[in-house]
Amino acid sequence: MAHDHEHTPTEDGDHPPTEYELLERALRELLIEKGVFTAEDVRRTIDDWDTRTPANGGKVVARAWTDPEYKARLLSDSKAAIEELGFDVGPAPQIVVLENTPRRHHVVVCTLCSCYPRTLLGLPPDWYKSKEYRSRVVVEPRAVLKEFGTEVPDDVEIKVVDSTADLRYLVLPERPAGTEGLSEDELAALVTRDCMVGVTNANPPG
Amino acid sequence: MADAEVAYGFAPGQRVRVKTGDPPGHIRTPTYLRGKEGVIEDRQGIYRNPEELAFGKPGLPKKPLYLVRFRQQDVWRDYSGPGTDTLSADIYEHWLEAI
Repeated sequence: MAHDHEHTPTEDGDHPPTEYELLERALRELLIEKGVFTAEDVRRTIDDWDTRTPANGGKVVARAWTDPEYKARLLSDSKAAIEELGFDVGPAPQIVVLENTPRRHHVVVCTLCSCYPRTLLGLPPDWYKSKEYRSRVVVEPRAVLKEFGTEVPDDVEIKVVDSTADLRYLVLPERPAGTEGLSEDELAALVTRDCMVGVTNANPPG
Repeated sequence: MADAEVAYGFAPGQRVRVKTGDPPGHIRTPTYLRGKEGVIEDRQGIYRNPEELAFGKPGLPKKPLYLVRFRQQDVWRDYSGPGTDTLSADIYEHWLEAI
């Protein structure tokens, strides 16, 4: 396909650049030209973000499901417990883990922007950043969860956590029934990005 | 300024009201919670003031941050879910007043 513009390998897509993409490119080229960082730094940073995926969170959750002492550490000092598994989540912002129980279901939102535990899970999904999700989940969490296919019984408290400031929240979903014989890796495969935001539960086995 | 020099003014369990008002700038207190009453759930640390950091200022003195829990029925007059449903948000001390 013929390109009607030049772009560097770190830019994707054949579509004409949007206004924001042009702005980013102009800024980036200027900063490289001024020696603030190099094109190699940009590439390496993109590479680094690509290693941060929901699978990392899945490993943390599966360990918490299988090791009660790890779970206790994860709930009391989330950052240190996540780093124990070899994940570098940086000095700030702090990640805090919220435990779902048979009595309480957490769901996380950032109504002000799109705060998300990026240093562990990578970039948030588009719906998490949408005005629709951000405005509705605080007002009618049960209706929004239902749209994700998640029915929370009335005798279970729904606790919405609005990530407004310096902390990032990760939901520890309940371990699904019927998973007693599964290995840690098999358990981790049941943990989806969405259940760590709290809009769903972890997948059932099988 | 060391964190130790900034003291928490509220304790977990204490009832608070979020201040009203609509100052300009990088405010981290959601509009929908202003004027609402809740309870201090946890102390979340002492941080540089983001309202100033956003404008390239040092954000000092640092501000205590709290997780504040609200009953959904206190936030939304016509909340349709059970009375036990809650909502928590991180709110800086200078946005809270004791009740």
